[in-house]
Amino acid sequence: MDITTFIIAAVIKIALVVFIMLTGVAYTTWLERKLIGRIQNRWGPTRVGPFGLLQPLADGIKFILKEDLLPDYVHKGLFILAPMLALIMSLISIAVIPFGETITIAGHTTALQISGIIQAGGGISDINIGLLIILGVTSIGVYGVALAGWSSNSKYSLLGSLRASAQMISYELALGLSLVGILLLSGSLSLREIVQTQIQGSVDHPWLGFLPHWYIFPQIIGFFIYLLAAYAETNRIPFDMPEAETELVAGYHTEYSSMKFAMFFMAEYVNMFTVACLATLLFFGGWHGPQLAFLPPLLQSLLPVGYFALKVFFFIFLYIWIRGTLPRFRYDQLMAFGWKFLLPLAIANIIVTSLIVAWRA
Amino acid sequence: MVHQVLFIVFGLICVAGAINLLLQRHPINSALSLVVVMASLALIYLLLGAEFVAAIQVIVYAGAIMVLFVFVIMLLNAGEEERTRGSRVALILGVPGVIILAATVGWLLVTGSGQLGSVTIASSDFGETHAIARLLFKDFLLPFEITSVLILIAIMGAVVLGKRES
Repeated sequence: MDITTFIIAAVIKIALVVFIMLTGVAYTTWLERKLIGRIQNRWGPTRVGPFGLLQPLADGIKFILKEDLLPDYVHKGLFILAPMLALIMSLISIAVIPFGETITIAGHTTALQISGIIQAGGGISDINIGLLIILGVTSIGVYGVALAGWSSNSKYSLLGSLRASAQMISYELALGLSLVGILLLSGSLSLREIVQTQIQGSVDHPWLGFLPHWYIFPQIIGFFIYLLAAYAETNRIPFDMPEAETELVAGYHTEYSSMKFAMFFMAEYVNMFTVACLATLLFFGGWHGPQLAFLPPLLQSLLPVGYFALKVFFFIFLYIWIRGTLPRFRYDQLMAFGWKFLLPLAIANIIVTSLIVAWRA
Repeated sequence: MVHQVLFIVFGLICVAGAINLLLQRHPINSALSLVVVMASLALIYLLLGAEFVAAIQVIVYAGAIMVLFVFVIMLLNAGEEERTRGSRVALILGVPGVIILAATVGWLLVTGSGQLGSVTIASSDFGETHAIARLLFKDFLLPFEITSVLILIAIMGAVVLGKRES
């Protein structure tokens, strides 16, 4: 593949993925309001379009048209930089996530992943530290929240951002350690290779003879640690201390309005998607699912993407479901839970997994 | 070609960040400049093919240590620093020193550019996670473990010192 085709393919892929991602984000807000509405025995949005389906569009127009306030005595540069940083960092991590195998359009074969390229031999070359890149980018994303609160020059914002930074730093440890079990089992940091080992394992030696070789089964403890830590990382209920509206108005984005507020909002939802994608890839076999041989070839090549999207949707649904079900933790409970329960559990999980891996080898 | 352009770009960003770190009067701006330096260093590692080191550089330095720096600056609410006149010793010794150093390095680069040669990367798996793991846990296991014990002692010392007040 020469450099021009590569760049054209990459630009198309980036545009497409960003478009789908942001549309997904917009409709997740709709889904969230609808589902929370049903859970709380009310309707949710119904006025704009059928079933309120145009509500995200109306919200978007409203965000753009609202006045963009810049409060007095803020640290101007950082105040503007913070929401951009949060959104950009959340979007970057999508670049390393693989959505499926390959797709061939008009004679050009390309990997279903922004950073994946087809090698000369026909194999797909993935960035071989994909998981670390996601962890690194997430850890840079903390700056967005921290700087937003500090530069706003408001007590609520500062408290919110202090909470958020402390929470994200604490739970990043448990999050990272919960994934080590997967790395031990798969022997790779490349997301594509982790999925391949699961698909290959399902063919060679399924769990108990019939279950797919997904890592959720041996790593069920790791999965729960990951899920809880990821909820805390994305500042979602029941760990939404940074924006606890009953205590802090809106936490770190209290002073933000218009598109700057929308950027934080979008960053939060894109992060939800990243977490869901990662859970799908690492624990649920990625795009692995039953092959349907009776479908036409093009649909068959898109079927894995469908499975992937379905699994991601399940996690998004879980997010919303939990938001509608659980109350918020107290701040000290959150810290104690992270450091005294999740972290030791994650370490124990690593020790047991590595002992088993060493014993089997 | 692309590598060289990228190296120059990130090298310039790195140096600019380092100079900005010294020039800024507000501690948070300095801390953020340091983040820029670390991130561009990581990208230079990436250009060298050391992917794992690059990722660790971002996660550990830019993502963890600098976040704590920024956190502390925010907590203490450190304000702008006053600018002093600067010391006379630095002016008398420093400026000629910088000129001499720059002149020497420049002269060496200009005269010796033919003899510098090139570096070849020893193995194909250079910079990969497996290769680094093999070095750390096989060839250099003892120094690695001793270092980790040292860090543990440092952490425990910090906890003890921090608790002494109450």
